[in-house]
Amino acid sequence: MTDEVVNYAALNRPEVFTQEQLGWVPWLHAPAVEDLSDRQYEGLVDRSRASSDYFRLLARDPDILGARTRTDKDIFYNTKEGLPRAERELAAAATSRENGCVFCASVHARFASHYSGRQDDIQRLLDEGASADLGPRWNAIASAAKALAQTPPQLKAEHIRALKLEGLDALEVSDVIHGAAFFNWANRLMLSLGEPEETNRH
Amino acid sequence: MSTTKPDAVDTILGINPGSPLDVLRHRRPITRDNTQSSYVALFHAEHLEDASLTERTAVAVFVVLLHGNQAAAAFYSEALEASDLNPDLVALLHEAAAAGAAQGPYGEYREPGLRSEDRPGLRWSAEPKLAEALGEKLAVALEHAHLLVFRPREASPDALDALVRAGWSTTGIVTLSQLVAFLTYQLRVIAGLELLAGNAAQETSSTFAAAVEGAQTVRINA
Repeated sequence: MTDEVVNYAALNRPEVFTQEQLGWVPWLHAPAVEDLSDRQYEGLVDRSRASSDYFRLLARDPDILGARTRTDKDIFYNTKEGLPRAERELAAAATSRENGCVFCASVHARFASHYSGRQDDIQRLLDEGASADLGPRWNAIASAAKALAQTPPQLKAEHIRALKLEGLDALEVSDVIHGAAFFNWANRLMLSLGEPEETNRH
Repeated sequence: MSTTKPDAVDTILGINPGSPLDVLRHRRPITRDNTQSSYVALFHAEHLEDASLTERTAVAVFVVLLHGNQAAAAFYSEALEASDLNPDLVALLHEAAAAGAAQGPYGEYREPGLRSEDRPGLRWSAEPKLAEALGEKLAVALEHAHLLVFRPREASPDALDALVRAGWSTTGIVTLSQLVAFLTYQLRVIAGLELLAGNAAQETSSTFAAAVEGAQTVRINA
């Protein structure tokens, strides 16, 4: 293995999908906090993100990191109108489950549980996969997210109709599409630049 | 970095100003602007030392072809042809994408509790002749792109090591990863919005049909 790549011989790796808090370790060297340039801080958007190995590693290319982060924040946090936060998080968790990103799924399953209060349904999503029975409205969202996670994408007119039948308007359907689409981006970064570890094994 | 490039998603989808999709996209202006800024940061980048424009656009054409999106393939092929003098490159990428065609996501899980969900599938690598024509650095980048697109659960330190050995710097690997991952987002936004527009058109025409039917009923009753 070349010096650029980091291998972790001993790591408390998670064995299944979980709502527990996980850590994440990078397979490439992230710049040290004290070496970050102003341009890199701009890419981080929030200064506090400098404490994260993941964001510091991505700060090696600050322009795409900044645009990525602002896209992410608007899709998930801009809830003045459109789909409720819980259901945006559901789309993120279902996508992460389908793509196999244990770390992303843990974070967004926790958010979905927190904002919906439906921890058992979210656990079912993690245990059984994106086709788990979560009730008609959540099924429509998870099923659209699962279809969109396929390559080539398998989202069809019937998925859009199912979301409309559950009462989602065009902006809310667009929020499902963007929340799910974004996690295809996030999952691939988290899965390919490092790996999760259990931090609080009981 | 210029932010005045035509919007890539609008261009690929043929969205006209004032159309329903244009209006819908403008209800999330920050998402729309930053989706475009992401495209600009990757394909109109200021710094090209770690990943050249030809490498970026060639990987994009390959990724788009693996997603089967013809309009996006035309868009990125045009960018590639503008950046590279090798007239064979687009044809080579079509050949690579045809050989790499699959239906993802698949692969083997690292997590022991998920192994029952393992789904075997193509682990594409460039044929020696193709690799020679593309050059090693680009060929290995395409192999990594194929891994990220179809079997991200199989990503590993070894896969990154293969990139380093082929001449990719750590920063270049970050850019390449962002580029492939961003495209999987952009192509899904495009696919989803296209369906949403189709659904809206259908609803409008069925509302119109119902209105016509209603008017006729009234006339008949009158």
